[in-house]
Amino acid sequence: MSTLADASNRETSLYNFAYLDEQTKRMIRRAILKAIAIPGYQVPFGSREMPVPYGWGTGGIQVTAAVIGPDDVFKCIDQGADDTTNAVSIRRFFARVADVRTTEATDEATIIQSRHRIPERPLENGQIMVFQVPQPEPLRGLEPRETETRAMHAYEEYGLQYVSLYENVSAYGRIAATAGYPVMIDERYLMSPSPIPKFDNPKMDMSPALLLFGAGREKRIYAVPPYTRVRSLDFEDYPFETQTWEDACALCGAKDSYLDEVVLDDDDHRMFVCSDSSHCATRRDAGFTGPMSGHELARGEDGDTA
Amino acid sequence: MNREPENVPEPAPLLQVDGLTRMFGHVTGCRDVSFELHPGEILGVVGESGSGKTTLLRCLSGKLTPTAGAAVFDSRRHGPVNVFELSEQDRRRLQREEWGFVHQNPRDGLRMRVSGGANVAEPLMNLGDRHYGRMRQATVDWLSRVELDIGRVDDKPRNFSGGMQQRIQIARNLIHAPRLVFMDEPTGGLDVSVQARLLDLLRELVRDLDLSAIIVTHDMGVARLMADRLLVMKDGCVVETGLTDQVLDDAHHAYTQLLVSSVLQI
Repeated sequence: MSTLADASNRETSLYNFAYLDEQTKRMIRRAILKAIAIPGYQVPFGSREMPVPYGWGTGGIQVTAAVIGPDDVFKCIDQGADDTTNAVSIRRFFARVADVRTTEATDEATIIQSRHRIPERPLENGQIMVFQVPQPEPLRGLEPRETETRAMHAYEEYGLQYVSLYENVSAYGRIAATAGYPVMIDERYLMSPSPIPKFDNPKMDMSPALLLFGAGREKRIYAVPPYTRVRSLDFEDYPFETQTWEDACALCGAKDSYLDEVVLDDDDHRMFVCSDSSHCATRRDAGFTGPMSGHELARGEDGDTA
Repeated sequence: MNREPENVPEPAPLLQVDGLTRMFGHVTGCRDVSFELHPGEILGVVGESGSGKTTLLRCLSGKLTPTAGAAVFDSRRHGPVNVFELSEQDRRRLQREEWGFVHQNPRDGLRMRVSGGANVAEPLMNLGDRHYGRMRQATVDWLSRVELDIGRVDDKPRNFSGGMQQRIQIARNLIHAPRLVFMDEPTGGLDVSVQARLLDLLRELVRDLDLSAIIVTHDMGVARLMADRLLVMKDGCVVETGLTDQVLDDAHHAYTQLLVSSVLQI
């Protein structure tokens, strides 16, 4: 038993703490500091090859690796859930290379790496959210030239972003964009909040937590410092709105959380459940119930019915 | 043409170009071009392919930095300023607020991925309009003004014919009430009947809005119909200049004579 542990320690000690070498972490930290100093500005950085493919969160992993310390408690979510493949893999990765404690509880975590969601429970002072970003440039879909989009950011020429909203209203009668909804940071820089649902946009406004965004393939880092104004774009006659659901969570009965639709069979049976698995489990533990409480989907990895 | 009475002092020129030169290495793009453009005036720039017409237009519109020379524009925001001495930010703002640029190929001047309506409304959003209903109304008004079916306002540009795309482009470049519009072969790749109708429309709009325009063309017919004055270019230099009818009916320079006599008669 001890020999196995020794061998494991020897093996992991071949890696530097948190996988990246110290010079790389320094470079990333410099980029992060610059990003914090200029909220919403995309800072280029020397993105490294990571042991996962681009698109699986290489940007987020590098940012986390640069800011994590031995005392941190790490939580990782993918589409709001703690128990999806990607989230489990990244959590194990940091448990192994940084030897940190991991958790599924939002309030216990000091660093939360995420794809697609911000936890339902309000973030707190001292917490860091790390987002995995596929496309950091909000204007890219409308303007393919990087030289041009850089000039637009430099001179605050953001009229173009409204063209996409205009298209939305003329096609659907409302602003139908749901994820990656563009925001203005402190009334200066236009920013893509990574593909989080617009439901989560208001959580970024004046958030007490530090929000860091890493795009590995596109080699950009940007940040929203704590207590910064984050405004979602809209028209005067079509104000910003978040998604709403007619159903409540089938498992915990929550009416105010972001719900995923789960198709149960081919006979049109479906259920709506909280996308934030930790939030849902916490509520169920506290005794809240929904119309389908006790459903097998409520069982966790180790089979316990919460 | 109905010009100002003689005794009224001439208004200050809208654009005053002085010694404009653009070299590409040791190849001449355009050399030592000087002229004045007055408010409400339409200047035609004619000449054969490679004579430097487009280079001149690209310099004047701030898309290309000239090697030497100045172009002083009487802007609303800054008063008379040398366009080339403005900071990039101010120049871009000037382009956005007070100029329009109609490309020969509508694909260069339109965003092909967004609807015709959004293309027309974009300049308003660039100027800070954030009211959808108001912009929508302006878009529909302009589409009917350029004689397009307003029922197709949400169609993508690729679903319109070449002539219609050009109309969208014209609406897009006039909706924000610019003072000066640059046009590079605006009726280029269009068949003659579509071309004739488009020219008719353009002429009407330009007169209605009291626009100034600089039109680059190799088509003498377009020049005759649209321009008050002509600049004839050859090998990057202006060889002759004058009132359109004067230049076309009584050409002095040998090259202009050749150019005028080359027009096909039916």
